[in-house]
Amino acid sequence: MSTAAQIVVQDLRLAYGHKEVLHGISFDIRRNEIFGVIGPAQSGKTSLLRCLNRTIDFTPDTRVTGSVLVDGEDVRQTRNVFALRRKIGMVAPLPVGLPMSIYDNVAFAPRCAGMSRKSELDGIVEQCLRQGALWDEVKDRLDSLGTKLSGGQQQRLTIARALSHQPEILCLDEFSIAIDPVTTMRIEDVLKELRRNMTIILVTNLTQQARRLADRTLFLWKGAIVELDRSEVIFSDHPGNRQTYEYVNGIFG
Amino acid sequence: MGDGFGGGPASPGVLNPKAEIRKPKEIRKPKEIRKPKAEAASKLGRDMSTPQTDRAVADGFAVRRATRPAWAVLGERALEVLIYLCGISAIVFVLGIFFFVFKEAFPILGNKQFSLSQFLFSEQWHPTSELNKRYGVLAMIAGTFSVTALAMVIAVPFGLGAAIYLSEFCSGRVKETLKVVIELLAAIPSVVWGFIGLTVMSRLIVKYTGAPVGVNVLNGGIILALMSVPIIVSIGEDALKAVPDSYREAGLALGATRWQLVWRVLLPAGKTGLLAAVLLGVGRGVGETMAVLMATGHAVHIPHSPFDSVRTLTANIAAELGEAPANSDHYQVLFLTGVLLFLMTFVVNLAADLIVRGIRRK
Repeated sequence: MSTAAQIVVQDLRLAYGHKEVLHGISFDIRRNEIFGVIGPAQSGKTSLLRCLNRTIDFTPDTRVTGSVLVDGEDVRQTRNVFALRRKIGMVAPLPVGLPMSIYDNVAFAPRCAGMSRKSELDGIVEQCLRQGALWDEVKDRLDSLGTKLSGGQQQRLTIARALSHQPEILCLDEFSIAIDPVTTMRIEDVLKELRRNMTIILVTNLTQQARRLADRTLFLWKGAIVELDRSEVIFSDHPGNRQTYEYVNGIFG
Repeated sequence: MGDGFGGGPASPGVLNPKAEIRKPKEIRKPKEIRKPKAEAASKLGRDMSTPQTDRAVADGFAVRRATRPAWAVLGERALEVLIYLCGISAIVFVLGIFFFVFKEAFPILGNKQFSLSQFLFSEQWHPTSELNKRYGVLAMIAGTFSVTALAMVIAVPFGLGAAIYLSEFCSGRVKETLKVVIELLAAIPSVVWGFIGLTVMSRLIVKYTGAPVGVNVLNGGIILALMSVPIIVSIGEDALKAVPDSYREAGLALGATRWQLVWRVLLPAGKTGLLAAVLLGVGRGVGETMAVLMATGHAVHIPHSPFDSVRTLTANIAAELGEAPANSDHYQVLFLTGVLLFLMTFVVNLAADLIVRGIRRK
């Protein structure tokens, strides 16, 4: 089962107004793999993730064609978009602590999904905060406002929050920009644990991070796929495409 | 040499080391100190620009470091003073109004025939009686409270609901149309509302409820609610619009439905603004004069049902101040009523402020 494709993207095109940012890309993501996505700014990485959980819908004047299948279901035709989003955990590059307590931030998604038993919620909050490497720092002040945490802590809060509804797919969009290297390493260790239970899509500007974590890596450039291969190949001295080598080694881009 | 592009690019090799020597000093010390060493012989004017020019060109950046002209700096200072005065003026005006109203009302407090407890706790209002003058405003306090309370019971759910709908659930042309219509509603003068209450609404009330008179608490409450709703809607919508979109996106990405998003994220995030919207509605309810004067029946009487006619504090002042001889007891009592209204508004605002702070601390 572990090699079966969980997410299949077929000829996905996305345009903001008249500006096409994804030019018909196709690839698949396997169950329980860590899938790295690298590429310079404006290459369509974030847009790709937003197509996946349909948060792209909130941006007016967008046009999406092609299909994204998650577990065989086209996300654009899905009946219950809320269930789809609960299946996908999303960590945005800029941390957004919701204006409520730390506890409520993490308990938000389970509560929305209908969980109300205090003991269950307590368990989830603790587990997720531990996975987000934040528990030790905030366990004594779970009642204080999530928005008052520092940037890095808020980022880890959003990671904990993304895990709180036990997603099957976890999308991390440059999760480590506001986090120090030591904590980043701790979270990376957690990710290695988590992959046993979920598929992880790791969008990152740190090519070394993709090299450390990802099983396969996709190099996206200006809305098109340059190369998709096992990370050993992408980060080797002889990837399939010269551009990949230059980008990964800082020669171009 | 060394003025603008003329000297710079021609001799980069010569200029570069100079720049490097100068750099560390610039970080530590203000402009004036490094100049004598750089170009001691130059006049002040040249001195201001030349070393900067050389360095900038040498570094390959802009030709000249931007400096703001003196008038811009002074203008900014002047603006600062001006907006400071604007801010202070609010306090000055509030104190000034309070002082004036209180000054007119003050002599009555020293009058032996007047008692403050009678003023506050008696429902007898006979200001023009020859033998038995009574200045009790309790009935009018009750009138103000009942009309305002009824109006808020109707207007707050309606107004907030409309604000949520406008801000979160409708889009495009519907939204634009609704906003224009609601603003139009807010622009209707209160005397027109009063006229509607007196004619249309009162007839409807008599017809459908069987009340003996159509001008009563219910009528005034509905009219006031209709007047408050546009204010609550437009300010409430602004408050919701001020909640960052990132909250919406984060909430929805976590699988919240639109209603869960409104209930769990947007209302808590916008609560201060929403409370302000409600309060302005209450303020309008307490302070509105002309419409309630026309729609509530003007009877000095503590209401026992929504179909009783009442008189409000504001309507009483409006109706009687013109007839009261200046500086008579009656005149002064009416001003005292003004002070009372002032204090009521103050208490409402203070309470709201404390509530907001309470919520925030949590």
